[in-house]
Amino acid sequence: MADLTYEDLQKIEKRAKVSGSVSKTVTYILLTFWGLIVLFPFYWMVLTSIKSYSSYNSEYIPKFIATHPTVQNYFDAFTTVNLSRYFLNTVVFTLLTTAIMMVVTVLAAFAFARLDFKGKNITFAIFLSLMMIPTELVVITNYVTITNWHMRNTFAGLILPSVASVFYIYLLKENFEQVPEELYKAAKVDGTSDLKYLIKVLIPINKPTIITILILKVIECWNSYVWPRLVTDKETHFLVSNGIQEIRENGFGRENIPAMMAAVVVISLPLVILFLIFHKRIMEGVSRGGTKG
Amino acid sequence: MSKLKSLKGWLYLLPAILFLGFFMVYPLIDVVMYSFEEGYNFASQSHFGYGLYNFKYVLHDPYFLQAVKNTFIIVIITVPLSTGIALLISLGLNSIKPLKELFQTVYFLPYVTNTLAVGLVFMILFKKTAYSEGLVNLLLNSLGMSSVDFIDGPYWAKIFVMCFYTIWVVMPFKILILTSALAGVKKDYYNAARVDGTSKFRIFYKITLPMISPMIFYLVITGFIGAFKAYSDEVAIFGTNLNAAGMNTIVGYVYDMLYGNSGGYPSYASAASLILFAIVFTITVINLLISKKNVQY
Repeated sequence: MADLTYEDLQKIEKRAKVSGSVSKTVTYILLTFWGLIVLFPFYWMVLTSIKSYSSYNSEYIPKFIATHPTVQNYFDAFTTVNLSRYFLNTVVFTLLTTAIMMVVTVLAAFAFARLDFKGKNITFAIFLSLMMIPTELVVITNYVTITNWHMRNTFAGLILPSVASVFYIYLLKENFEQVPEELYKAAKVDGTSDLKYLIKVLIPINKPTIITILILKVIECWNSYVWPRLVTDKETHFLVSNGIQEIRENGFGRENIPAMMAAVVVISLPLVILFLIFHKRIMEGVSRGGTKG
Repeated sequence: MSKLKSLKGWLYLLPAILFLGFFMVYPLIDVVMYSFEEGYNFASQSHFGYGLYNFKYVLHDPYFLQAVKNTFIIVIITVPLSTGIALLISLGLNSIKPLKELFQTVYFLPYVTNTLAVGLVFMILFKKTAYSEGLVNLLLNSLGMSSVDFIDGPYWAKIFVMCFYTIWVVMPFKILILTSALAGVKKDYYNAARVDGTSKFRIFYKITLPMISPMIFYLVITGFIGAFKAYSDEVAIFGTNLNAAGMNTIVGYVYDMLYGNSGGYPSYASAASLILFAIVFTITVINLLISKKNVQY
């Protein structure tokens, strides 16, 4: 075998570098391309929302910049249709559902993680098996139940069936169990009550997980569509998802797309802001076991 | 174990048990009952007897058959495509350093957006109206193709938009899972292979793919389940009257039966949802069997 000279080695290295940088460039181009596909709809919604109705309709070939930006559409979105109502409803629904869910979840997770009682293991097994039940299957009866309880078009009807979440109970239980049991025993010796231990020790220690669960539930509530659509048919209790369908079908009188886009921007904004602040935590939480839907 | 202590445990569990009992366990039993009750009347809450009539009715309903067809098309197109593209993108992400985090964050954005709201933007981009062809059609025209109405036009065009939007919506989750799976593959394997002069393709096929195969199968299984339950994305693009658009899905059929224009037949809705559950269950079991054979843990 012939010895490789220094020049040969350099040539090989150079070739590898060139092919490496070519594939790097291709990679970056493709990644940017997908980035554009992701971002373009957002750009388009903001752009359209600041075009005036007349200029939007006069552009046969849509312009990629707004020559005379206007905020008129945002005024229209809040005055012509009930956007502020939908928005407020969603805020109330999201906050109440998330808060009740959190209390129920923390109590159940604590019972499974630290308390001893008869039938604990079998109950936990039943809870786990409930994770496999698709919502589509139980929605039918829930709809009938809520109708029979005369809770259609009420917040109670919206919230009650959306509260329980087996997955979050499971996730939090696993986290609670990782806190050394000695802490619990020490607290018991000191005469601390269970509830006090839970509030003063367990919750603060598991704050990151709890915040992750809160954020994920807020996202889920803000975007929920199917259940709210079933139990509300009066505008007074529409959430944003139903509101946007209402706006699409009966809003603004004529096809006022710029105003519609203004409404879409307003609806999307809270979660986008939440995402910009908490993106690390959200992504981490979702990769730990969240799924969509 | 004292009785009092036992009681305390149950007390802490009580809220969860009440909520789950009322809104999950009871409905589960009830839905099976409904599906066998013939001639159920919502107003009087009475029925004639028990039998398979509801299932027969649903299986012969052309709207249901259309919904099944649409749903299967969504599943067959979007699951492999989205998983494949997500794998490519994740491989790309994993091979770069600068800007990696920015790309990752941007790619995740659709996960947190309201599908109903963003669907409207897609509708506008694809829609052909009296005063404008729509942006996508203009793009097609500039490439020398004739324009198509993607929202009210031919079936294949509607399917295209629907699948495109579905993929756009499910990508964030898949990219996130695959990038973290890829980041978990030990660098030693790659270095060893590189020293041996193994080609890039071979490294991917022999090292990377087997190492992340559990996650790929996880995504395929959850992808199947999610795609079979497609509904909101379709509403977002075609509006609430999916039957009129010919774009209904099985879940959409269930909800339409329950409430909506044809409204008020919980028995038919129950039968349809049980059929859906049977399909999803079968496919998931098949998936698990295949994955047991092929996945290396």
